[in-house]
Amino acid sequence: MDKTISYEKLDEILSQYPSENPAIVAILQDIQEEYRYLPKEIFAYLAEKLKISIAKIYSVATFYENFSLTPKGDYIIKICDGTACHVRKSIPILEALRKELGLSAAKHTTDDLGFTVETVSCLGACGLAPVITVNEKVYASMTPEKTVALLNEIRKERANENKE
Amino acid sequence: MNRKYMTIDGIPAPIDGEKNILDIIRKVGIELPTFCYYSELSVYGACRMCVVEDKHGEIMTSCSTPPRSGMEIKTNTPKLQQHRKMILELILADHCRDCTTCEKNFKCKLQSIAQKFGLREVRFENYTPLEKGDTSSKSIVRDKNKCILCGDCVRMCSEIQKVGAIDFAFRGSKMQITPAFDMPIAETNCVNCGQCSAICPTGAIGVKDDTKKVWQDLYDDNTIMVAQIAPAVRVALGDEFGLPVGSNVMGKMVSALKRMGFDKVYDTATGADLTVIEEANEFLDRLRKGERLPLFTSCCPAWFQYAEINHQDMMDHLSSCKSPMQMFGSVLKEHAKNNMPRKKAKKTKVVAIMPCTAKKYEVAREEFRFEEEQTIDYAITTQELANMIRESGIVFSEILPEAVDMPFGIASGSGIIFGVTGGVTEAVIRYIMGEEAKNYLKAIAFTGVRGFDGVKEAIIPYNGRELKLAIVSGLANANTLVEKIKAGECHYDFVEVMACPGGCICGAGQPYAENRAKNERANEMYEADRMSNVKISSENPTTTALYNGILKGHKAHDLLHYK
Repeated sequence: MDKTISYEKLDEILSQYPSENPAIVAILQDIQEEYRYLPKEIFAYLAEKLKISIAKIYSVATFYENFSLTPKGDYIIKICDGTACHVRKSIPILEALRKELGLSAAKHTTDDLGFTVETVSCLGACGLAPVITVNEKVYASMTPEKTVALLNEIRKERANENKE
Repeated sequence: MNRKYMTIDGIPAPIDGEKNILDIIRKVGIELPTFCYYSELSVYGACRMCVVEDKHGEIMTSCSTPPRSGMEIKTNTPKLQQHRKMILELILADHCRDCTTCEKNFKCKLQSIAQKFGLREVRFENYTPLEKGDTSSKSIVRDKNKCILCGDCVRMCSEIQKVGAIDFAFRGSKMQITPAFDMPIAETNCVNCGQCSAICPTGAIGVKDDTKKVWQDLYDDNTIMVAQIAPAVRVALGDEFGLPVGSNVMGKMVSALKRMGFDKVYDTATGADLTVIEEANEFLDRLRKGERLPLFTSCCPAWFQYAEINHQDMMDHLSSCKSPMQMFGSVLKEHAKNNMPRKKAKKTKVVAIMPCTAKKYEVAREEFRFEEEQTIDYAITTQELANMIRESGIVFSEILPEAVDMPFGIASGSGIIFGVTGGVTEAVIRYIMGEEAKNYLKAIAFTGVRGFDGVKEAIIPYNGRELKLAIVSGLANANTLVEKIKAGECHYDFVEVMACPGGCICGAGQPYAENRAKNERANEMYEADRMSNVKISSENPTTTALYNGILKGHKAHDLLHYK
């Protein structure tokens, strides 16, 4: 999580793209893949390398929900709130998680950078509604109780890892 | 009969290569409202006010629809009017409507269009919480609460000026225009040109108001107030008082300033004469040595800052001359120091009246100090002066003109044309041709230095060789040229750069200039040159007296150069 910014890594990413009309979105995606968010420091560096203003890159980065300008937790929990999941009660799951982790609509990540809770519009698994994912792993037909149990399991796992 | 036609509200209109229907609509004399359309910027199609209806009842934005032969367009139907009113109402619903205390009151496009459409009520509540304005900049103030997201400033800043200090951020109802990470604008790469504020249809970006401080000093009996007026101001101020576009109101302005309490009023064109002499000599010196060519002019503060941020490696090529405003300011302060009876210990303050917002930033720069204090105490814009004149109750249209004061009362035509793109170059050509120039004044005017092209070139013979000069206005044009020069794709001996397209007459401190106004203002500048007794800076008796007086010896360099 507290990876320092490696400019070599950034150069490596940039070298895969043409310097004329660079694909900002793709570059930002690669960077987010590396750091799990878009660190503030990269903006000035990208602006200089790509000859695009910082404001423009910031514009792209803030337009897409997928990009995050703040560090995310070790576990990213996504609650699907598409139509199917919504009618099968995804919101109570979201509320239970937020309550359990002390999060809110404005605060998505716990202070210890353990968990991030966010909603997505549709995960494309409507038959399994309501669906949540934890770090890309799909959990089907969830309820608030099942979700809290899952959370407690992850917490235990995490505590053990930290001990080692 | 191979000309293509379309009809607008039943009026047949020829299509003469227009890129969109809107231009044709305006050509036939129908004024459709727009917030986001400017012919010099890319088409954005955001405001939707220019909607029209075709014969099938389909609604389209005229700014982004190319004309086709045989099209039948209506601009005024119940559906369209309802559409426009709804858009206006929704824009206003999200707008901070403190019109009476807004800087753009009476000059606001949103206000005037809402008036035109007779909007008397906004049915929707404004849920957007008020945000604090950004007053970090010396030249502009930003107030997001008044932004209608037309994006004019964004496109001006990135397309015409290639600065890109601001852009859209976030999405949908959260969208706003901001520097990256909501940084204060003063901490970005903004160069203070102010073109964003000039093009902003509302009060979302305005010019920093320094008039309160000027009034305070005008009311103080222990302060001697000296004003200097930049060349471009005289052909634009009249717009604010309903005088014919482009009228030269220099004399009226002098008399208004005197009435407001200024003790002395001078013409910055006199300072420009000093700049011509200093800069041309620097140029000739570099030519002799064959070093640091091309010489770039340095009198435009926005260009200077742009070069500092983007082309550090070229800074040696920029002239070491101060701007005319600063040169004249130094002379005025030195003169005051030498002539002030010690006992009275009155303080002299210099106010520069400028067409420019970047001058506000320039006056505060560290390089321009006179004995620890700012050489120029305040720089106010043409529009700020107009407000001061109104505030003082002077009826500008009736006031009788007066001449500027001695002992610095003479400016050459060369100094005056500084206010229009190409003027500095023309003045320098006249100077280096010396005596000969008098026979060739008209020929010099036709070397390519005049006109509103963003990039101009002139070639003049000099000492058995040819000098290649370039004139650019608009920072994007300047940037392209600098890149080419760096890459060795072209060579010039001298390059004049003005940040605002068209030069200072179209500065952001001026009343906004439509195309016609641009031409009228330029014509008046050249008219003032034709009417001046002295055409060449070195023949101005004022400058001659200065070089024999307070500018004697090393003083000239000390007072007139920043390094």
